[in-house]
Amino acid sequence: MNEFIITEKFTKCYGKVSAVQDLDLTVYAGEIFGFLGPNGAGKTTTIRVMTTLTKPTSGRVQIKGFDVVKDADKVKKLIGVVQQHLSLDRDLTVRENMEFHARLHHIGSSERKRRINELLTYVELNDFADRMVDTLSGGMKKRAAIVCSLIHEPEVLFLDEPTVGLDAQARRRLWDLVRRLNADGTTIFLTTHYIEEAEALCGRVGIMHHGQLIALDTPLELRKKLGAVTVETLVDNKETRYQYFADRAAATRYVQSLPPEAKTIIIRDSNLEDVFVEQTGQKVGDN
Amino acid sequence: MLEALNDVYTILWVDLRFLRRHWRSTVATSLVNPLLYLVAFGYGLGRGISFGDVGYLEFVIPGIIALSAMSTSFSGAGSKLNVDRLFYKSFDECLMSPVSLYSIVVGKAAIGVVRGLISSFAILAIGVYLSPVLNVTPLFLFSLFVSCCVFALLGVLIGLVINSHADMSTFSNLVMLPMTFLSGTFFSLSALPVAAKAVLYALPLTHSSESLRAAALAQPFPWLSLLALFGFGLVFFVGCMMALKRNSL
Ligand SMILES: Nc1ncnc2c1ncn2[C@@H]1O[C@H](COP(=O)(O)OP(=O)(O)O)[C@@H](O)[C@H]1O
Ligand SMILES: [Mg+2]
Repeated sequence: MNEFIITEKFTKCYGKVSAVQDLDLTVYAGEIFGFLGPNGAGKTTTIRVMTTLTKPTSGRVQIKGFDVVKDADKVKKLIGVVQQHLSLDRDLTVRENMEFHARLHHIGSSERKRRINELLTYVELNDFADRMVDTLSGGMKKRAAIVCSLIHEPEVLFLDEPTVGLDAQARRRLWDLVRRLNADGTTIFLTTHYIEEAEALCGRVGIMHHGQLIALDTPLELRKKLGAVTVETLVDNKETRYQYFADRAAATRYVQSLPPEAKTIIIRDSNLEDVFVEQTGQKVGDN
Repeated sequence: MLEALNDVYTILWVDLRFLRRHWRSTVATSLVNPLLYLVAFGYGLGRGISFGDVGYLEFVIPGIIALSAMSTSFSGAGSKLNVDRLFYKSFDECLMSPVSLYSIVVGKAAIGVVRGLISSFAILAIGVYLSPVLNVTPLFLFSLFVSCCVFALLGVLIGLVINSHADMSTFSNLVMLPMTFLSGTFFSLSALPVAAKAVLYALPLTHSSESLRAAALAQPFPWLSLLALFGFGLVFFVGCMMALKRNSL
């Protein structure tokens, strides 16, 4: 596997707050990498540095061998970015926004037309191409932002919390779109604070907490390390206790060994939420 | 070089699209203030006043052209950038693209220049109709263009350093509005005490109105003022580059 994004001891401070601290990370070409963490974990800051909008305080960040500070020009040609907040020009239509992005990337006029039409079809926005951005639904706005970021055929696409605010249906469509893009050869770096999203989409997941990477592996390996099966017991009718076991058999043996007054027992597969809670003592939704 | 110009046009292109959709209201609103000044000062107050052999109307029209160039260029460049940067966040898209920071600054200033020129020409047309004495010479047009560039760059600079919509109007009220009235637009600076002159010549609009007036009334041209405008433009441009660098820290 080719290393595509490499960070070494990457740190970003805002005043005294270190938004990201000593991050060592490698993302490989062709994968869907997920950055999972609660609000304020440092996910957006990491993307802003990787996409040249902000400079690291210390350490190194490289994309395809190019330094994001020194070779920012080269990096900019490789990346497509969909920011956390809509960043389209709302005084323009979808097509005009796409044209603007194409012009920013020096794509000539006939090539521009071809790609715009091709991409509109790819994300099924043809019928909405000439609508003003503000008149679109949340899911369509996201897809419009994605086509704009794809116009120069970037090798890596950054998606910062792509499904926040979308309904379940729009979210699934977007997941399919991301999978399709990845299958067509685009490396994906996405951030999310949704456990299901990381589990459903990502080949590997890095878990961020207070600017630090606290776990990094495939979702399956992360769950295995913790124990693939979780047992939840209610203690004294008020506190839930979580225990982790390698397999169902071990979990069942444990449950059978419990005193008869133990209550409300759930045996289920472990998930990334359990991994996060065990590592931090907090839930992903907490701040 | 060709690519840089192409990039400037790309940045301008978006704002031209907007202007094309809303040109009537944009132009109309930019004409309200100068027309009010023209009526209130040129006709109301100024009847019967004259400076030497120049009537007040002839005197005040170049000043009003200078101030409309200033306010439209400034707000034309500044407010849109303000919205793009803080509200639409679409300015980030420019910053993440291969377009150079220089082209971004010039491109963002360009819409101010376009809008400044449109409304100045509208006022100029009215002014020439009211007062046929005015000479529209190449030097006049050049001074007008330079003025628009200077104030558009100031708009970009302020658009880059402020952090809210309210900051923009604070700056307009604290700096732009006093400058409108004090910079030799409505009265001659020649009779003022030296100290007052020193302060007023530190304002770019003073140099715009002096240059435009001298050119329009065929008086000796204040080349130093034109030079001063270039100086202001340069300072604002460098300020923009520094603000962009600072924003990325
Ligand atoms: N421009 C900024 N100025 C000051 N602090 C910031 C800035 N951007 C982010 N931070 C801080 O850095 C931390 C990480 O923020 P962020 O990267 O946005 O987290 P996430 O995207 O994971 O929610 C937070 O504590 C946030 O307050
Ligand atoms: Mg974020």
